[in-house]
Amino acid sequence: MQVHTHVEITSEWGIVAARQAGRKLAREVGFGSVDQARITTAISELARNIYLYANKGQIKIEELADAGKRGIKITAVDNGPGIKDVRRVMEDGFTTSGGLGAGLPGVKRLMDEFIIDSELNNGTKISAIKWLR
Amino acid sequence: MRIPILKLHEYLLISVQVDLDDQTALQFQEDVLNKIHEEGSHGVVIDLTSVEMIDSFIAKVLGDVVDMSNLMGAKVVLTGIQPAVAITLIDMGIVLDEVPTALDLEQGLDKLQSELEG
Repeated sequence: MQVHTHVEITSEWGIVAARQAGRKLAREVGFGSVDQARITTAISELARNIYLYANKGQIKIEELADAGKRGIKITAVDNGPGIKDVRRVMEDGFTTSGGLGAGLPGVKRLMDEFIIDSELNNGTKISAIKWLR
Repeated sequence: MRIPILKLHEYLLISVQVDLDDQTALQFQEDVLNKIHEEGSHGVVIDLTSVEMIDSFIAKVLGDVVDMSNLMGAKVVLTGIQPAVAITLIDMGIVLDEVPTALDLEQGLDKLQSELEG
């Protein structure tokens, strides 16, 4: 049976809870320590974005098994303001919150697959997958 | 949650043993600066051996604490960054520019000593 976890992000503590759930599942799926750190960090960035920009949302973490390949999929969903210019938020160093501007482009590099779907005033959905090698 | 800050002669020693949440990280930043002020410390070692994840927010807080301490006149060395954490930070494109680092606490103290004497 494939495992999946849902973490509601409504406060900063949700960020920590999502991170911990992600690390646990990554370990169970069989990822090594470096990929565990990559996955945990990616979850942390996505969860923080939800908290910062949309106030609340969900992080779903699931195990994937596809034609003999195993992996982990993170889905971050919120009903927040959406992203005005998706291309800009994927640029290194672009930030509207005073951060490093490393979050989303960082997540894309940490993971193997990355899909961002955002509609202004209608929320954001980001999916990212890491495959087990 | 508060991270304990130990004083050793003119230095402050900090070992971060918990998964840092945002609030703890910001509180920690303030505590380090206040402790430098109270004790008149010249150097600070922040040991990150037990830290399993540094994301962009925590990286910013750590980089800022180094800059803020420098403004006050204290040098900070980060020590013990785990291989997985170093790899993740570079993957993310986060470069902790001009942040002094050392392999472990011992070498961190040596580095502070030679910088402060030199």
